[in-house]
Amino acid sequence: MDFSKIDPWILACSAVTVIVTIIMGFRSAKSSKSASDFFVAGRAVSVGWNASAISGEYLSAASFMGIAGMVMLSGYDALWYPVCYACGYLFLLLFIAGPLRRFGAYTIPDFAEGRYDSPIFRKIAVCFVLFIGFFYTMPQMKGAGTTLAYIFPGLPYWVGVALVGAVITLNVALGGMKGITLVQAVQYWIKMFAISVPVFVLLSVYGGYGKNLSLNHSASPPAIVQSVDPGTIVRKALPEKAPKDEAWVAPFGPLTTKAAKAAGLTASEAKPYSLLYTFSLIVALVCGTAGLPHILVRFYTNPDGVAAKKTTMWVMILIGVFYVFPPIFGVLGRNFLPELYAATGSKGPDKVVLELPTLIREKYGIMGSILSGITCAGAFAAFMSTFSGLLVSMTGALAHDVYGRMLRPAATPEERMKMFKWCAVLVGGVSVLLGSLVEPLEINFMVGQAFAIAAASYFPLLFMSVWWRGMTMKGAATGMLSGGLCALVSATIVNASTLALDKGPMGKLFAGFNGINDFWKVHPLLRILCEQPAIWTVPLAIGLMIVVSKATRHTVPADVRMKMLVLHAPEALGLKQEYIQEQQGPAH
Amino acid sequence: MSPIPPKESDFIHSEEFLHALMKRQLKLSISCAAAFLVVLLGLPLLNYLAPEMMATRVGGFTLSWLVLGVLFFPYVWIIARIFITRSMALETDEVRHAAEGNKRKS
Repeated sequence: MDFSKIDPWILACSAVTVIVTIIMGFRSAKSSKSASDFFVAGRAVSVGWNASAISGEYLSAASFMGIAGMVMLSGYDALWYPVCYACGYLFLLLFIAGPLRRFGAYTIPDFAEGRYDSPIFRKIAVCFVLFIGFFYTMPQMKGAGTTLAYIFPGLPYWVGVALVGAVITLNVALGGMKGITLVQAVQYWIKMFAISVPVFVLLSVYGGYGKNLSLNHSASPPAIVQSVDPGTIVRKALPEKAPKDEAWVAPFGPLTTKAAKAAGLTASEAKPYSLLYTFSLIVALVCGTAGLPHILVRFYTNPDGVAAKKTTMWVMILIGVFYVFPPIFGVLGRNFLPELYAATGSKGPDKVVLELPTLIREKYGIMGSILSGITCAGAFAAFMSTFSGLLVSMTGALAHDVYGRMLRPAATPEERMKMFKWCAVLVGGVSVLLGSLVEPLEINFMVGQAFAIAAASYFPLLFMSVWWRGMTMKGAATGMLSGGLCALVSATIVNASTLALDKGPMGKLFAGFNGINDFWKVHPLLRILCEQPAIWTVPLAIGLMIVVSKATRHTVPADVRMKMLVLHAPEALGLKQEYIQEQQGPAH
Repeated sequence: MSPIPPKESDFIHSEEFLHALMKRQLKLSISCAAAFLVVLLGLPLLNYLAPEMMATRVGGFTLSWLVLGVLFFPYVWIIARIFITRSMALETDEVRHAAEGNKRKS
């Protein structure tokens, strides 16, 4: 490792972010004492704090680094990611946020058990917290490895992954959710600052968003409504590997046509496949947002349903504003850092956000380093906050559900707190292990897969349980398991086949899966349906839920009307207290 | 757990109230979702069917890029805003409705 290549500014900014995060974690560890503090922050977090915290947790390495990298690599098609990440929240708001909050339970497994009076269903629901969680942590770990490899040139990718994983695991084990709420909220603002300020500086140096975009010519000279003078911008020549302008700037470009192209189809033959890919991606991201376990748990930290709705509104604004910026990095990166197209892994387009600000060093000297330091700090905030959130919800599932409910229901609060810490260490360790495998995969693509799994499992469960009285436990479980597992298996197959193509060590490890790639060439449609499974897994899950529930109609919970009232009646009517008294049971 | 007998004396526990409540909420949610989905799913279709039009340049952006990368966000905020205002009004109305119903029944 060559220490002389380390930029002191970049190192300093990143170090400050990490240290502030740790200190805040430790400080709040002192104030979080009870088990309830650990799990849902005492249920009294103000709208502003909670909205910032949800946004902070949501804006992951995929949002911060991955989108920019993907827009640079694939152009227009990648824009669906930021848009659906932000707008998927609308679905959550419209159909799920209010009712779920009124029902009042710590976690999704709590909801699953409460709605169907079934402890077995809780166990099934817990599995998906872990499945989705691990799929979501892999890209965060790649973000960590990429960023550290950028700050310390020559540092192996896996060292970065292990280092960041260890720091956050320690933080979570000591602080729990209460610490996290504060940390997440602050980290949202760090990320917002870190993505917007460099964009403003870069745009003022290199010309506007539209101007930079206009350098990419469309296929046929189009009608110009309002012309811009691209005169002053001189972009660098694109390398061989970069997609051509026409394909990049227009819909149905390299991202969505990859499978069809590999099968040797012509452009016009490939177009319907691209449309299918796009629709499936939209379904995955929009429904997936509404079913992310680590986001949903935050709705329980609101004092009431009205606050939950207001929070969602603010979250949509906070993340919507954020998501305008990363694609700008992608556009600028294409024009001014085309050499990244040639590299792969942690040195490829996924690091465009970190690298781009250093370009203005030539003109403004140290400013470039400071700006790059700021984006590095943002990247740290991104993967640290999302990983902490995931760690809390996965650890919560293990400690609260598996240990506290299944293995040892008689455990004392002290034992549970101790277990929470051990579970955090376990989950953190597995995440680091998985994270070090995925260097060749794109950050944003991996996050999309986690969404696809959530879309096919939790979304149908929540949506149908809230709005349809006829659901039975068997129906819900069958639908959720089939949809979720189909999505999980599809994602795993696609990842294995992609890793097999890698030229590095991962390629050797996964070489056995190379045969799948030959299969994809012959069956592009199957490849798309595996790469973006939501378009068939979501209807499959919902369909199975309806069919099986109808077949097992006699097992509809007897007090379903009361449950539906609690889910839907305004809280002012005070039905929840009444319901809990009647239940006389589960001590939440 | 024993099934809870429906309290016929109480309006808010009646089938009638729950049915009306869920129907009104679902109607609001579905109409907002429709406004959202028309644009979200319509855009890829427009890209597919009218590529020339969507490639029109507006201030350097292609029309399609401008809609998706910039204008879509405020559109969704407007829908969310409308939904929240309406659903809060709906809740207040339901509480009033329930109180009236209880009086009528008793």
